[in-house]
Amino acid sequence: MKAPLSWILDHIDVPAGTTTEHITDRLTLTGLKLEAIESPGRDITGPLVIGRVLTMEAEPQKNGKTINWCTVDVGDANGTGEPQGIVCGAHNFKPGDLVVTVLPGGVLPGGFEIGARKTYGHLSAGMICSSRELGLGDDHDGIIVLPADAGTPGQDVRPVLGLDEETIELEINPDRAYALSIRGIAREVLVSVEGASGFRDPALRDTPPADDLGHPVVVEDAEGCPVFVARRVSGFDPSAPTPDFMVRRITAAGMRPISLAVDVTNYVMLETGRPIHGYDADKVRGALVVRRARDGERLTTLDGTERRLDPGDLVVCDDSGIIGLGGVMGGETTEISGSTTSVLVEAAHWDAVSMYRTGRRHKITSEAGKRNERGVDPTICEAAADRVVELLVEHGGATAEPGVTVVGTPPAQPVVEVAGDLAARVSGMPITEERSVECLRAVGCEVTGSGTLSVTPPPWRPDLTDAQDFSEEVIRLVGYDRVPSVLPTPPSGRGLTRAQQLRRRVGRTLAGEGFVEVVSFPFVGASDLDALGLPADDPRRDVLELTNPLSAEAGSMTTTLLPGVLRAAGKNVGHGNADVALFETGTVTLPRHAGPAAILPVDRRPTAEELAALDAALPAQPLHLAVVAAGDASSGGWWGEARPVSWADAVEAVRSVTDALGLDVTAAAAEVAPWHPGRCAELSVDGEVVGHAGELHPTVCQAFGLPKRSVAAEVDLDLLISRAVHLRQAPAFSSYPVAKEDVALVVDAAVPAADVEAALREGAGELLESIRLFDVYTGDQVGEGKKSLAYALRFRAPDRTLKEGEAATARDAAVALAAQQTGAVQRA
Amino acid sequence: MSGPNTDYDPVEVTPLKADQVEAMREAALAAIADAADLDALKQVRLDHNGDRSPLALANREIGALPPQARKEAGQRVGQARGAINQALAARQAVLEAEHEQRMLAEETVDVSLPTTRRRRGSRHPLTLQSELIADLFVAMGYEVAEGPVVEAEWLNFDALNLGPDHPARTMQDTFWTEPAEDHVVLRTQTSPVQARTMLTRKPPIYVVCPGRVFRTDEYDATHSPMFHQVEGLVVDEGITMAHLKGTLDHFASQLFGDGITTRFRPSYFPFTEPSAEVDVRCFVCRGVDSASCRTCRGEGWIEWGGCGVVNPRVLIACGVDPEVYSGFAFGMGIDRSFMFRHGLEDLRPLFEGDVRFSSAFGTEI
Ligand SMILES: [Zn+2]
Repeated sequence: MKAPLSWILDHIDVPAGTTTEHITDRLTLTGLKLEAIESPGRDITGPLVIGRVLTMEAEPQKNGKTINWCTVDVGDANGTGEPQGIVCGAHNFKPGDLVVTVLPGGVLPGGFEIGARKTYGHLSAGMICSSRELGLGDDHDGIIVLPADAGTPGQDVRPVLGLDEETIELEINPDRAYALSIRGIAREVLVSVEGASGFRDPALRDTPPADDLGHPVVVEDAEGCPVFVARRVSGFDPSAPTPDFMVRRITAAGMRPISLAVDVTNYVMLETGRPIHGYDADKVRGALVVRRARDGERLTTLDGTERRLDPGDLVVCDDSGIIGLGGVMGGETTEISGSTTSVLVEAAHWDAVSMYRTGRRHKITSEAGKRNERGVDPTICEAAADRVVELLVEHGGATAEPGVTVVGTPPAQPVVEVAGDLAARVSGMPITEERSVECLRAVGCEVTGSGTLSVTPPPWRPDLTDAQDFSEEVIRLVGYDRVPSVLPTPPSGRGLTRAQQLRRRVGRTLAGEGFVEVVSFPFVGASDLDALGLPADDPRRDVLELTNPLSAEAGSMTTTLLPGVLRAAGKNVGHGNADVALFETGTVTLPRHAGPAAILPVDRRPTAEELAALDAALPAQPLHLAVVAAGDASSGGWWGEARPVSWADAVEAVRSVTDALGLDVTAAAAEVAPWHPGRCAELSVDGEVVGHAGELHPTVCQAFGLPKRSVAAEVDLDLLISRAVHLRQAPAFSSYPVAKEDVALVVDAAVPAADVEAALREGAGELLESIRLFDVYTGDQVGEGKKSLAYALRFRAPDRTLKEGEAATARDAAVALAAQQTGAVQRA
Repeated sequence: MSGPNTDYDPVEVTPLKADQVEAMREAALAAIADAADLDALKQVRLDHNGDRSPLALANREIGALPPQARKEAGQRVGQARGAINQALAARQAVLEAEHEQRMLAEETVDVSLPTTRRRRGSRHPLTLQSELIADLFVAMGYEVAEGPVVEAEWLNFDALNLGPDHPARTMQDTFWTEPAEDHVVLRTQTSPVQARTMLTRKPPIYVVCPGRVFRTDEYDATHSPMFHQVEGLVVDEGITMAHLKGTLDHFASQLFGDGITTRFRPSYFPFTEPSAEVDVRCFVCRGVDSASCRTCRGEGWIEWGGCGVVNPRVLIACGVDPEVYSGFAFGMGIDRSFMFRHGLEDLRPLFEGDVRFSSAFGTEI
């Protein structure tokens, strides 16, 4: 809310010498936060005075322009009393006019310094100003010509132009709708600024009594429209200008002046907070009827939009049909125009929820709607309408018609019981009951009783409904800045949960492995899933769609972290960082299509069943881990060659995580997008698949701007963490000597090394301490379609030195089983 | 070679004469001293102490001496050989030391060569910031609570006193999911975690909930559709705004430096009543000569978050008896806190995944 300070001070007195900053500081501390203090003349310094044009001579110039060589009477403002010679390029004035003159030494907005300078053959000492040059608007019609009675030459022109008028902009929270008015802000100044007094309520006025002579109004939905006041003026001069003060104030408040009749309704809304609607009375046919719209009804609103109405919308009708969306926006057919001479003034109180819904439904945000949906004082309809009539009469030459229509009565204010010590208990400050009562009365409440107070909130505070709401009023007036600082004493906590600790461990492990963590948005689109090469039936295509995504290309919640990390990696490569290794941990969203998550009651705790059903209705959201690496895993240099990343780096990254969690991961061949069909490992822990790793499919690399042979992995981190080994047993190991045996086995190229190793382990028996594949060879020596796997086996007994030949026997048994299970042949 | 002298004849054996032995010894010692390297010394050892060295040959002649002369000659030769062995060992040690020194000198490398053979990893600064904040509260005895980001509408709004027609719902531009009748949203705040906590635990409750939240804000330098929040919730007997103030003052001083405090301004959140905006004292200018301060833009204070006393309506919806318990709650942007703590003016690098950004923070902040 932007509020001209002078307007506020029309309604409240502050002690002499109170600065604007003091007022806004106090308002900020009591809950109306200052956003800005603006004044149109803030950037103007130096002599800016009224001048009277004495002479002007038009002088055509070679460049085709005509300038005016003027002499201007600026009184004593120039120190000499002599007329000031000024060159002016505008032509919209004549000798005798009063103009705005800036003298040498003045500075205009934009740091434009004014001096005496030679131009067009004259010494021009100053400038005659336009609105634009003063930062007052974009008026191109030439210089400002002041009214003849604006003042005398040499007089400071700032007050005349309202240049020093300060406007304070305050942030208004939704519960303080009353402060969307000068009335409300003045009242806040009263309770916030020490010494403020003399509040003059603009909504407190003697209004003529209701009678039957006014425009007939029928309210069919009293719940939606509890109060409807109608007044009428005639003989209005549609060409009457809006007075300057009103234009300035409306403009400063951030609204656009339109015409006197419209400006008056806006002015009164800003002043009182009560939105007003004005109809061209001559276009209204018969009685006004307030009702809910019927399905399918239509209305073209003031903004020219034809709207299909909803049965929840409150409408105003006349004999011709619907003429307005009550409280939100008027209709075109009865709009006030440049020929309107009779105005029907509507000041009605509308149901806030209905206003909110209609505004949302039709996507209308308006100054009126903003107030109506937050709650307006229902008791000031008559006063507001009367004020409109007064201003139309005063400035538009209109005549107030007899007749005051008032339908309905403002709803009664609730009485709320508030414990006298509640503010003290809530705040932790020693606030007495007396002080509480004093504060509550200051904000307009009626308070009776003691111990338990019976509090009636003022009608402009529909937000005050609960006892605790009143404690806030007390505490903010006592001062939030006085709340003491006291640390509570929590019971001993249990620290981080194991899962939380392990997640940190995973992050540290990967960072230690050289991966950089990224955070991506979890939004995904079909094109991302296409880029991954996911087949049509891939479960990862079953995404949770957003109703209102920011972009249609990323309109769903992702089921995989890969698009995010691959995009990030591609971006790094694009930035010239060819060697990149990234990881991300985040939840993915896997729809369960389990139906609605119920809207439960709020007046009690939900049952365990209700809560379980709520959780069951949400999608599964497991925490995933994704890694990607491209370019070189280790760079080349004086120490040797670079090592490009390979599929094994992706598996190893996952293995570093499973190691950190105390888990063994096994890899088996799989064909899963987005991986290379021959270089994708399905990773399992204890036989349960936890994810995949390997080299990316070349097409996928290309789609994400990654070099060929980039690698990636994605695993279900929740699953890994849930299986993490908690209490590790201390190992027992033998101190007897080791016996080493090496074997080289030739198998078909398609036989997985893991199978060969498993057979060797099983065949070697208990004496086998470890087994390590130290070489893989393919080539002429083993023949087409074959490979040689060389293993180093270590044997040791826990309790004795192995006997001569014992290790060799175990080795032979291992080879024999490998031969049987995998067709392995020992290489000579 | 002379045969054994068994007759005790006083035979003269030239090589065993004292001056001869002495000469052999001198020659050997001189050769040892002259040996310039280990190879030369090896030759000297062969020449002067080997099986065919003069002294070894002389030693064999001892048997040719009469018995009474053998002892003396034996001692003479033995002493000479002892001296030579000693000299050899000493020289060997010297030469070995010299050799080692030379070898080490030859093996000198340029230790200023780059050793950046492995990639350096790092964690995301927001992860680190979240953990740092969680740790501050864990140190006070709090626990870290969690909940889903795709959340039930009821938990994100209704249970928090944001009914279906609450104007405050428009303050939070919510991502809704399909189908609309499922009433599922992307959480707009971490507050549903607070509701979940109250629904599943009995007071006293002291928790913080860091996490991702979503709003339909277009992505620019200061807005992001996804950002991170940390909320705190305390529900216990006799909890007041003073406890809230104490907790946030402590939090501020831990995160931004000793002596940094907070300021409350009245505000509005449906979840709390009374509600406050919390400003933190600018940790750069500390409110002194703030006019030129870039961090707080001349305010002396930085808007940090919202807080308040838990609205009794929320306690009721979550099954906590407001007659017995009261509580406070607060919420801050982690991203925002990070931004002004570390002087980041445009938030987008947080979500772009450029390694140059995260790497600057390493694994701790
Ligand atoms: Zn500062």
